[in-house]
Amino acid sequence: MYTQGLDQKEQSSDKRDALESAADLEAFQKRIDAEQKIEAKDWMPAAYRRTLVRQISQHAHSEIIGMQPEGNWLTRAPTLKRKAILLAKVQDEAGHGLYLYGAGETLGTSRDEMIADLLSGKAKYSSIFNYPTLTWADMGAIGWLVDGAAIMNQIPLCRCSYGPYARAMVRICKEESFHQRQGFDIMRELCRGTDEQKAMAQDALNRWWWPSIMMFGPSDKDSKHSAQSMAWKIKRFSNDELRQKFIDVTVPQADFLGLRVPDDDLAFDDETGHYRFGAIDWSELNDVIAGNGPCNKQRIAKRRKAHDDGAWVREAAIAYGEKHATKAAA
Amino acid sequence: MTHKEWPLYEVFIRSKAGLSHRHAGSIHAADDQMALDAARDTYTRRSEGISLWVVRSSEIVASDPAETSAFFEPAEDKIYRHPTFYEIPDGVENL
Repeated sequence: MYTQGLDQKEQSSDKRDALESAADLEAFQKRIDAEQKIEAKDWMPAAYRRTLVRQISQHAHSEIIGMQPEGNWLTRAPTLKRKAILLAKVQDEAGHGLYLYGAGETLGTSRDEMIADLLSGKAKYSSIFNYPTLTWADMGAIGWLVDGAAIMNQIPLCRCSYGPYARAMVRICKEESFHQRQGFDIMRELCRGTDEQKAMAQDALNRWWWPSIMMFGPSDKDSKHSAQSMAWKIKRFSNDELRQKFIDVTVPQADFLGLRVPDDDLAFDDETGHYRFGAIDWSELNDVIAGNGPCNKQRIAKRRKAHDDGAWVREAAIAYGEKHATKAAA
Repeated sequence: MTHKEWPLYEVFIRSKAGLSHRHAGSIHAADDQMALDAARDTYTRRSEGISLWVVRSSEIVASDPAETSAFFEPAEDKIYRHPTFYEIPDGVENL
């Protein structure tokens, strides 16, 4: 997981932008156009740096918050095998968060600053995690749909112009495939089970379909900052292109499962070779982003508590490290 | 208590015997041993390596990207260091 509309909410430019010469900016754009990777210590426009810090940190936050909805079912997994798999998946999400914080830090913003912005509510995370996980089938739907949508978003990021981010994404994408398949496997098992189990799978699809579709962010005509991110080759495909691609590959999978995608307008268009789909309720996405989703408050409260409860561990580790450093020096 | 951030370490992995260690990413940890443990948990969950190095990021001395051309320029005009610089006459083999 987990990006979503991460190119949104560009902050206003700071004073340093004004000091950048046209020649520097032009030379930078030439490097980008030549598909050269930008590395941490290379010169870069302040706005490029800002955009990346925002995108990478919000991506990292999404991985960390994303552990909660699935963590909810760890102790209630139906079998030991499923529990071990889900545990490994949630651990991967923590790992992805760490890769990404590491990539973000190369831009000169500390881990603690990024985390402080998450806890204060200043930084966003993917709105998909503000939905509750009501049944075991939600573990299937999240892996299949949410991680599936994330893969669509993340594969192009492996070619992002910023080297440390691109390399972190290569690592993440390799692991993501397991996440999606374990989710599909849960759905498949339920769909081959009793009527009640199949109904549970259908209910999960009903609730997760539209939020997953919205993970690709606002439609292109409303996506203000896409053009700049595209020019900088941070972003390679538009939100709508990726959304269409996701729908095209996922609908046949739902057909295989014998589940119905909850969209009355969904139809295959022979002419274009793509699925046409119904209107997206953007007011819902905006509402969830604004903080009014079913679980926004709970997610942040839980993260704050975990952070506070872990404070003594962080302090003890520092004290231990310092004590041993002193001993070694003596 | 004054707030202290855990120091940053760079992580290098040897994927199998015979290959060199390669930079994988970074990790925060309060001391060297914890850095090794955290690097193992973060970067080798799928048997990616058989050996790990961690080194404090602050200990790495790096060349300056802004000086790249001047710094590496002395190597550029010494083309005679490459074997392809030399002409091999027809009829001479195994050279």
